[in-house]
Amino acid sequence: MTSEEAPAARDVAVVAFAQTDHRRSTAESSEVEMLMPVLHDVLAQTGLKTADIGFTCSGSSDYLAGRAFSFTMALDGVGAWPPVSESHVEMDGAWALYEAWTKLLTGDADTALVYSYGKCSPGSVRDVLTRQLDPYYVAPLWPDSIALAALQAQALIDAGHTDEPALAAVGARSRADAAANPHAQLKGRQPQGDYVVRPLRTGDCPPVGDGAAAVILAAGERARELCARPAWIRGIDHRIEAHGLGVRDLTDSPSARLAAEKAGVFERPVDTAELHAPFSAQEVILRRALRLGDDVRVNPSGGALAANPVMAAGLIRIGEAATRIHRGTSDRALAHATSGPCLQQNLVAVLEGDPR
Amino acid sequence: MSKEPVAVTGIGQTKHVAARRDVSIAGLVREAARSALDDAELTWADIDAVVIGKAPDFFEGVMMPELYLADALGAVGKPMLRVHTAGSVGGSTALVAAGLVAARVHGTVLTLAFEKQSESNAMWGLSLPIPFQQPLLAGAGGFFAPHVRAYMRRSGAPDTIGSLVAYKDRRNALKNPCAHLHEHDITLEKVQASPMLWDPIRYSETCPSSDGACAMVLTDRAGAARAPRPPAWMLGGAMRSEPTLFAGKDFVSPQAGKDCAADVYRQAGIADPRRDIDAVEMYVPFSWYEPMWLENLGFAEEGEGWKLTESGVTELDGDLPVNMSGGVLSTNPIGASGMIRFAEAALQVRGQAGEHQVDGARKVLGHAYGGGSQFFSMWLVGSMPPDA
Repeated sequence: MTSEEAPAARDVAVVAFAQTDHRRSTAESSEVEMLMPVLHDVLAQTGLKTADIGFTCSGSSDYLAGRAFSFTMALDGVGAWPPVSESHVEMDGAWALYEAWTKLLTGDADTALVYSYGKCSPGSVRDVLTRQLDPYYVAPLWPDSIALAALQAQALIDAGHTDEPALAAVGARSRADAAANPHAQLKGRQPQGDYVVRPLRTGDCPPVGDGAAAVILAAGERARELCARPAWIRGIDHRIEAHGLGVRDLTDSPSARLAAEKAGVFERPVDTAELHAPFSAQEVILRRALRLGDDVRVNPSGGALAANPVMAAGLIRIGEAATRIHRGTSDRALAHATSGPCLQQNLVAVLEGDPR
Repeated sequence: MSKEPVAVTGIGQTKHVAARRDVSIAGLVREAARSALDDAELTWADIDAVVIGKAPDFFEGVMMPELYLADALGAVGKPMLRVHTAGSVGGSTALVAAGLVAARVHGTVLTLAFEKQSESNAMWGLSLPIPFQQPLLAGAGGFFAPHVRAYMRRSGAPDTIGSLVAYKDRRNALKNPCAHLHEHDITLEKVQASPMLWDPIRYSETCPSSDGACAMVLTDRAGAARAPRPPAWMLGGAMRSEPTLFAGKDFVSPQAGKDCAADVYRQAGIADPRRDIDAVEMYVPFSWYEPMWLENLGFAEEGEGWKLTESGVTELDGDLPVNMSGGVLSTNPIGASGMIRFAEAALQVRGQAGEHQVDGARKVLGHAYGGGSQFFSMWLVGSMPPDA
């Protein structure tokens, strides 16, 4: 069969989104207890029950939970009875959404529940993330996530793409926007603070926090039944780069650019972009790679600089972008998620509402 | 809606051993991937996306190792997904990769699963103390032994069945050059005389800890047409999950396993699995799970599975061979074990299984499970495409 004869791909949309109020610590509750209200919320928005969902997919990390098979407990919270068609990625929930999207494209399911969660408070996430690095040559040196981001920021400054005041402005704008976001952790005017690792100050870094998020996807007419204005996924793609920082140009994000191209971002302008840029300098890099002009509303939610529950922050970007389409405050939005040190892996989605 | 048919055109495994001290994790996975590419006569450039899976990150002590492995697996500039569904992960990973092809998102996908258990301590990885949760103190065998007991009580199976399975699988492993355990002096008496670990599970009825990786090249119809060797065609594939513990859970024959098999059979047009399926690669980490899963998968009536085992039906030359490769009982790089089942099923229908080939195997089931018998993934592969 040639591609001309292939049947048109199904239209798949985000029809509901829910998230926790992200907080510095949720010591009083387990991951499941943190996740449950979000699952109830997203199901209630559509009137669906667990048994109505065609496919379930989640994203999380055992290393944050501090135990093996941590996702099994979360599945118990879903109430997987009768048994469900279900899968899990050890990645940010944005990639769980990608897996669910492919499942809906095959026609094996018409609806999907996607969720992810991360509790950073039990340990030092700065230390924990060092365990992502090459286990033989790099991880034994314990270079932490802020130190690596600082290398990237300094490379960007050295290349003349930004300076410290511009980075401070990214943080200030994010937290000012977050004032209107009831779920954000850091809101309104925040001090830029002292250097954490030069050139990054406290204000250039994300808050450490706990949180969860959930999305419901639906295909075709089912999406219209469940949502007044579905956020159609017009394209979604993700790409990875080499792991070693020494073989990458840290001032650029070719994987984000390629994912955006494959997702169709550059075919028409977007009005909104929710970028998963935990560090201020990363927003500068992504704006260039994704060719976002000053007319694009970037991170109206406040972005990861206002709340960064690891493993959920990427899915939240998709949810925030979709919500703006649901509300009619955006017609074509870009959503982005990242994983790995210094933007190693990037996912880009284009969401659109029906023409008005 | 129509799905693109999915073909397996390349399969690669490492020689599974207790400790591969000569290679890094990256070296291990690249070996399997390279072998699968060679089988398909493809290069890294022919691969559109990479989907990898493994059991918990704590087993090697590397968080989200797909990041570090991107270079070794030729994934730079490509999409790379990382699946984790406990012990069923090898199967789930293959199914996620197959989904990319079926959805026509990608034409050719490399999928790989691995475990390099010698890097760390799997028992430690499973035994971290968690506040307010029941600790798993006795390892996996301690969890599963009571359910084997329940099966024996329910079915009236004689206590000799478990050793028959182990004896069969270890003999089958002798015909599989990739298998970890090659016990040339194995006898039934030796199995039966091995120490009791978790009554009724004896030492020789348990799986080893292995280092190993398994990879497959999955492709669409056009890719299959270019393949140098006969492809295996995916005729059905499904995943099902149920909660770990709840009132009414049947640990002997979980509903999720039954539902998963039923979905696969529906997709593949299998009316009677006992008649229509030629062989099974089944996830049997403790020998008694062969008769248990024979029932769960619909090959025998409830309480009758052990009779198939006892009468020799599941032997390599039997009417329904089970674990021709030697199975998980002979080779267990945990995260890869499910994919090895899937890959061995595909090898059989391609007629490429060498000394452990079943003559005339046309439809073979690959099966994996994980967690507290709560995650299931299966595929049925055939020598002919689904519309033929």
